[in-house]
Amino acid sequence: MNALLAVIRRDLRLALRQGSDSMMVVAFFVLTVVLFPFGVGPESGILERVAAGVLWVTALLASMLSLDRLFQTDYEDGSLDLLTMAPMPLSVIVLGKVAAHWLTTGLPLILAAPVLAVLLNMNSEGFGVLIAAMAVGTPTLSLIGAVGAALVLGARRGGVLLSLLVLPLYIPVLIFGVSAIDAAVMGFEYRAQLLIMGAMLLVSLALCPWATGAALRQAVE
Amino acid sequence: MTVPEPSATAPVAPIAPAASSVFEGRGLTCIRGERVVFAGLDFTLAPGEALLLLGPNGSGKSSFLRLLAGLIRPAAGTLSWNGAPVRDDREEHGARSRYIGHLDAVKPVLSVAENIAFWVRTWSPETPDVPAAVQRGLGRFAIERLSDVPGKMLSAGQKRRVNLARLIAAPAPLWLLDEPTTALDKASIKVLEEAIAEHRAAGGMVALSTHSEIALPGARTFHMDEFAVDSASAWDALDAEWEAAKT
Repeated sequence: MNALLAVIRRDLRLALRQGSDSMMVVAFFVLTVVLFPFGVGPESGILERVAAGVLWVTALLASMLSLDRLFQTDYEDGSLDLLTMAPMPLSVIVLGKVAAHWLTTGLPLILAAPVLAVLLNMNSEGFGVLIAAMAVGTPTLSLIGAVGAALVLGARRGGVLLSLLVLPLYIPVLIFGVSAIDAAVMGFEYRAQLLIMGAMLLVSLALCPWATGAALRQAVE
Repeated sequence: MTVPEPSATAPVAPIAPAASSVFEGRGLTCIRGERVVFAGLDFTLAPGEALLLLGPNGSGKSSFLRLLAGLIRPAAGTLSWNGAPVRDDREEHGARSRYIGHLDAVKPVLSVAENIAFWVRTWSPETPDVPAAVQRGLGRFAIERLSDVPGKMLSAGQKRRVNLARLIAAPAPLWLLDEPTTALDKASIKVLEEAIAEHRAAGGMVALSTHSEIALPGARTFHMDEFAVDSASAWDALDAEWEAAKT
């Protein structure tokens, strides 16, 4: 437990001092969403209908951006060798790194999303569910992304390969995330979608750190 | 007729040394890519002993040390600690070994003290006073004044000393040092030699590879190129072994 906190603290400190990664993710998210009103036109009916989809697709792409850095620097400077030798299960360390990654990239997305929803003229009925769905969905994205990031370590053009690996796995989160918001906007029951997203989070919480650990051991060998 | 007199020097069962931990490898074979780097390597390390690895570039010194650290899997052979295979409990092996590789693992934006403190917390989570442990490591390699300097401002030699300071700050019985003298000045090499001597006197074990002069009294020397094998015949031997294991 102490070691888990030590890993989270170290990665947060690294992220805050380097600073660029989480700023870049949020800036990408905001800019891309802002492009849509320009592209689709100011007609409110259309924007309103696509708002949930636009927000989720952009959030997926934004969270992809920082993934390839998740293990890359540790791999390059030799820290990964030492982390895999630590006297605790590697999945605990992975969990710490993913938690720090989510806090620096996922959490800012959740905070930015309602503001952008206003920009897209989303019905205010959907705001609460938007935040809830993002809060359950973005940790899942970080967990799944970690597996991909560990698998492409050491590969040339890892970033491109990573998106090919990870984006298909993001589709369930996208489907249920959008459908929860749409249901809320139209006044239907949205609990089921959120519960399924919760289930996806729990499954990835159990499987992804373990799979990531195995991939990392392969990478350092 | 003479009665065989009872032997005065009846063999006494050898007493196990107090700290009886033994690190042992039998028939170790290492494959990198398609090439068999070394095969059939046996070694034993008891408390206080040291292993000095010599040999030209590419003869497998680093691979051997990574194998001892549990970072690479041996293609054949076993690695055991007190008779228990190391692979059965990696976390336990991680707790008792410290590996210093070519890369210094010093984060550019963290200060020297923060860098070392993190490794103390992950390697020996039960350390009661982490800052004191960090200071002990820094003091040993005379880098206390660098304590607050961020990693990116360090020279290569200073980074190496930060890396070595972890050995003192988070103590463990087995030190695996891959060319630890790289980039060190003469005075620091001397400090490292003293630290190794103290570690061995306290019952620690050391395996060290080097190209330069380092005093390691009483160390067993391995010339790694002696374990190099003809790849083709080594593959045949491995195939036979794997076949035998299958049936």
